Amino acid sequence: MKIGVIRFPGTNCDRDVAKAIELAGLTPEYIWWSEDNLTDYDGIVIPGGFSYGDYLRAGAMASITPVIDGIKKLVKEEKPVLGICNGAQILGEIGLVPGVFITNEYPKFNCEWVDLKVSTSRTPFTKAFKNNQSISLPIAHAEGRFFTEDIDLLKDQDQIVLQFEGKNPNGSMEAITSVCDESGLVVAMMPHPERACEDIFGSDDGLNFFKGFL
Amino acid sequence: MLFDIEVKISLKSGMLNPEATTIERSLDLLGYKVQNVKTDDIIRFQMDGTDEEEIKNSVADMCERLLCNPVIHDYEITVVKDSA
Repeated sequence: MKIGVIRFPGTNCDRDVAKAIELAGLTPEYIWWSEDNLTDYDGIVIPGGFSYGDYLRAGAMASITPVIDGIKKLVKEEKPVLGICNGAQILGEIGLVPGVFITNEYPKFNCEWVDLKVSTSRTPFTKAFKNNQSISLPIAHAEGRFFTEDIDLLKDQDQIVLQFEGKNPNGSMEAITSVCDESGLVVAMMPHPERACEDIFGSDDGLNFFKGFL
Repeated sequence: MLFDIEVKISLKSGMLNPEATTIERSLDLLGYKVQNVKTDDIIRFQMDGTDEEEIKNSVADMCERLLCNPVIHDYEITVVKDSA
């Protein structure tokens, strides 16, 4: 299976993501932002970083590039898409997932391991976990505070994927740090699963997210 | 005809603004007692055209598609004929 790894100017987690995809037994292939034909791919990861220097807002510039049209077409074909960190901010900007990720309540760059609750295991990326299972992943962001206008709708439609446990490091609404579209095939998450794919890093909880493409 | 355009982008009322809170705290460190600090972004540019209304509509389109995120932002557009 071939998984596309999107690259914008300023993306910096692309190689870690490609390595994680390999560890999951899949074949990663880098895709430049100007490509709009993604029909050859079985799934897509939008990695983290600072696309276009976070100008205007994190993810704003990336949201109007040709590769986004390609991603939207893949989503219509029901192929899974995972946006991590800046990738999550981009998915929020283009409206493929509800809500936005904005400046942390206390606006420092937050780089630490956090405890998370898997709020739904219905997405491909969380299907290896049980509902309400606790996992541990690193976060690294200054703009990760989740906000949505209609929190009840997310609850009704089972679109909350991950929530912080124990503490809420960025002031996210209801400690939410990952959401999905209605189908569950498009997941936006602020934590970095690619940084937790081998025991040597302290946890391999992240590998299951990439195995989700299988 | 050249028009000067100014777009003022602000957070919707009630939205938490960490930048403003930090400014307020820093002013307090300097001994100034201020309250209700707000920050806005202003983007200025020029456009060639004949009809002011047409330009306003086009700028509103820019706001919806790129300059703002309608989930969190309000925007104000000012269009004036270039005096130069």
